[in-house]
Order: sequence, then C-alpha cells, then structure tokens
Amino acid sequence: MGYIFNNLDEVWELLLQHMQMTLITLAIAVLLALPLSLLIYRYRWLNVPILGALGVFYTIPSLALIILFVPLLGLNAQSVIAAMVLYTQVILVRNLVVGLQAIPPAVMEAARGMGMTSWQRWWQVQVPLILPVFLAGLRLSAVVAIAIATIGAKFGAGGLGTLLFDGIAQAGRYDKIWAGAITVSVLAFAFNGALLTLQWAVNPTRKLYKSKGKVRQHLASATES
Amino acid sequence: MTAIEFSDASLKFPGSSRWAVDQVNCEIERGKLVVILGPSGCGKTTLLKMVNRLYEPSAGTILVNGQDIRRVKATELRQQIGYVIQQSGLFPHMTVAQNIGVVPRLLGWEKPRTQARVDELLNLVALPPEDFRDRYPAQLSGGQQQRVGVARALAGDPQVILMDEPFGAIDAITRTALQDEILRLQQQLQKTILFVSHDVEEALRLADRILILRAGQVVQYDTPFNILTRPANPFVYELMGADDMVRQLGLLRVETAMTDAPPDYRHTEAEPTIARHDSLREALSLILRTGARQLTVLENDIAVGILTLEHIRDSASVGVGA
Ligand SMILES: Nc1ncnc2c1ncn2[C@@H]1O[C@H](COP(=O)(O)OP(=O)(O)OP(=O)(O)O)[C@@H](O)[C@H]1O
Ligand SMILES: [Mg+2]
Repeated sequence: MGYIFNNLDEVWELLLQHMQMTLITLAIAVLLALPLSLLIYRYRWLNVPILGALGVFYTIPSLALIILFVPLLGLNAQSVIAAMVLYTQVILVRNLVVGLQAIPPAVMEAARGMGMTSWQRWWQVQVPLILPVFLAGLRLSAVVAIAIATIGAKFGAGGLGTLLFDGIAQAGRYDKIWAGAITVSVLAFAFNGALLTLQWAVNPTRKLYKSKGKVRQHLASATES
Repeated sequence: MTAIEFSDASLKFPGSSRWAVDQVNCEIERGKLVVILGPSGCGKTTLLKMVNRLYEPSAGTILVNGQDIRRVKATELRQQIGYVIQQSGLFPHMTVAQNIGVVPRLLGWEKPRTQARVDELLNLVALPPEDFRDRYPAQLSGGQQQRVGVARALAGDPQVILMDEPFGAIDAITRTALQDEILRLQQQLQKTILFVSHDVEEALRLADRILILRAGQVVQYDTPFNILTRPANPFVYELMGADDMVRQLGLLRVETAMTDAPPDYRHTEAEPTIARHDSLREALSLILRTGARQLTVLENDIAVGILTLEHIRDSASVGVGA
C-alpha cells in the first residue's frame, strides 16, 4: 500500500491507461457484438457457426492471442485491444442473442401489429427488454478485459500490469507487485459494482416491488426518463 | 358500407406447395362482428394477418374502408387497425397506462390527451384506472391482461379491430365475461371486428356473421342462425356440432327464429313474453312451463315479434338432414 501513496502520480497514470484500454475495448466490442447478434437473431442458422468460432477464440490463452496480433498491429496497445475485443465477443454476443430470443414472440408481434417501425421496435421494446441481460454480459466482459489488460504491459501497452511485471523483473520488489495487484482488483471491483447497480436499476421486474425506499424510487424514475 | 373487402385474396407461404389462403372473396360490413371459424391450420390467422399486412397476399386485393391496403404505408395502416392476440403481447417493461398509450404516442398525441384516453379506456374495460394505471402486466391476471390488450387495441380509436383468439387461453368463466364485454363494447362503439376463433360456442355467441374456412377456402359466410339451420355441406354441419339440439337452442337468440309482429298486433297481459336477445332454449322452457301457444317477443316493452313452438322446431331441425 505504501508504494501507491508514495507514487500516486505514477499509479494514477497507469490506472488511467488501464481504464482507457478497458473502455476502448468495451466500446469496440459492443459495436461489433450488436450487428453480429442481430444477424444471428435474424438468421438462426448462423448461431452455431458464429458462436462456435467466437468460442474457439475464447479457448486460446490471452497471451497467445495477443501475440497473434503483433505482426498485424505492432507491439503496442492496439494488439492488446484487438485481442481483448475478440475475447469478449463470445460473452457479449451470447448474452445479446439470449436476451433477444427471450423476448416473447407475441410481444414482438404486438409491436409490429400496432404499427411500430423496426427502429421504434428496437428502441422502445427490444432495448429495454434486453438491457439487463446485456449489462450482465458487459459486466463480465469488463472484468475479463481488466484482467487481460494487465498482460498488455508486456506488449508496451502500459497499464497497471507495468507495476506487476516491473516488480517481478526487479526481483524482490513486492511492494510494486502488491500495488499493482491491489489497484487492478479495486478497478475490477469498481467496474463490477457500477455495472451491477446499473443492471439492477434497469431490470423491469424490479419495478414490481418498488415504492419502499426513496433511493429505489429515485433510481426507477431515473431509468424511466 | 363495407369495412373490409377481400377480392380473391390468396396467400402461399414460401416453400409450401398449397395455398394457406385460397381465393377468399367476402365483404365485411361496417359495425359488424364477424367470426372466422374453422379447424386448426385452416388459415384463420393467416387471413387475419393479411388485413394489417403482417402477411402480404400473394394474389388478390384487400380493401379496408374502401382503400387498397397496398397503397397505405404498412405502419400507418396498422396504427389505424386495432390488433389483439391470444397471449396478450403486452409490453412487460411498460405499465398498463404506457401499454395503452403506445399507439397514441405513435400517432403523436399530446400527453394529456393520451392520459385522458387511457383512463377512459380502462373504465370501458372495467378496470378502475386508479387501481390499474400504474401496474405492470406481470401484476395482472390473464383475464385482466386481455382486457388491457383490448383497451390497447382501441386506444387510437380505430374503426376496424382484428382479434386472433383473444380469449383462447382464458378459463371458461372469465371467457364468458370477456365475451359479454366484447358484445357490449361493440354495441356501444360500433366497431367492425374480425375475430378468429376455433370455438363454435364463442362464434355463435359473438358473431353477426360467421366465416367458415376450410383449407384456406371459404366454405360458408352467413349468420349464425343460417349456418346452424342451413349448413352448406356436411363439413359445416359437423363443425358446428349441429346435432346437439338443446345446446344449439341455448346459443340461438329469439330474434333469429321469430316472425315480426304484424303492425296491428296487440298482446294480452296474460300471454307470456320474452326478450329478443334471450335464447331459444329459454323460450322453449317458457312454452313448456306455461303451456302457452305462442310467446310475444319484446324489445323495450314493445312487441316486436311472435315466437311459436313451430318456429323453434324449425330452427332446431332444418340442419339435421344435411
Ligand atoms: N409463417 C409460416 N410459414 C409457413 N407456413 C405457415 C406459416 N404460418 C402458417 N403456415 C401454414 O399455413 C396454414 C394456415 O395456418 P394458420 O396459422 O393461418 O392456421 P389457423 O387456422 O390460424 O390455425 P390455428 O387454429 O391452429 O391457429 C397452416 O398449414 C400452417 O402450417
Ligand atoms: Mg391461428
């Protein structure tokens, strides 16, 4: 712990790098997973090939996956981010597809029959209904991404992994290793907690039991606006 | 006036060798409730969904309120046609009020107008707004969900309403109550309702006219009385279960069998009377009980018709030989 307080600037810098990598990864991953999921939702036969392929990527060790990208993107954060995006796809796509398929067909038929355009069906019906499942997937992806980003230090991507690898290289610098490990854990807990709260707040069934505390009402109205 | 007109409307699903709907010709008069009746897979749902363009006909045309539906944008057409389905299809993440407000919102109504409309409709389907407005669908019974489904379909004040077995998954007692509700609503609002059912009793109770489908083709399109008493062929006779006389009589209204009262008709106080909406079974029971030769049929205390045992016997027996 001492190391963190004595080198607040450095740790803060690495933490920002780490978060930046994670957030960029999640943004790209979501933008990629959305069309893929809609494709699978539309053409069911694509389910097995696409999720199968993504599942295979998931079984490749993260280190090996990053190395695969180095010849293409160079020894930098880009290779790490590319690997992380690929890694999180299977989680995001699977959750989105499950979420979409869980919407009762009668609900979608009613939406169409009432004269909603496909755009209106997406924003007014599908998005609110898949949001909880999607956020669950995003949460898992965030934790996975934060973990993999640690390895990024080996590939010149910076981030909190730097502390860990430095600590190992400079034999005996346990203070650095601890500082890195603790900060990464805190980051993962923070992301997890934030997304868990969001997930809880947007869950439509939760509103069934509202009207107890002020906080709940506040959250409910916040998600409705 | 004709609300819906099918001309040679046909549909063949891709990859299928036979027509799901085969050259349907029929006119549905404005303000009437028409039940599409037939065995499973005969094309009832398909025919219904062609009206709001959830399915596009492979051939033929459909007019709604005199307009070829292909000339209207599908989403606009659907906003003008109410649609109720079996599993209610209520949006689980919206309150009852939000569900009912969907079409008004699509139509761009102002909020106060929508809110007033929601309360009006909830009252109409006998769900007190204070109690139900802010509930979620999961907090409603099946019957209440269907009531909300009906209210939602009425929200944009459509002239034409399509219903696909709306009460199919509801227990018998609630179903009867909901059917009464539909009859009341239709009398009150004068909507044109196209109602899919595979339940003969439901069709007899609700319909002004019944459209009988078999393998995509119209077999008979007539009043319940004529369908029961003059079935077009043995298929219709079988389908209607026309050999259970007492049940039939319980479903037929007095008005369908009576003869109109002559203009100078005076009924004596002693003669038994019956209302024109009562069933023939009640009429028969009354005749047997009182021993009267004929019943005077009343509407608002005015004699409108005469019903004799012969009338009842004719209603019950015409179909038998078919
Ligand atoms: N989307 C579809 N694709 C291919 N064939 C279909 C489709 N929908 C229905 N069919 C076929 O068209 C025929 C008519 O189906 P439809 O759903 O209209 O029957 P239905 O009279 O409503 O039956 P039920 O009383 O069981 O609801 C059936 O043979 C059915 O298998
Ligand atoms: Mg059907």
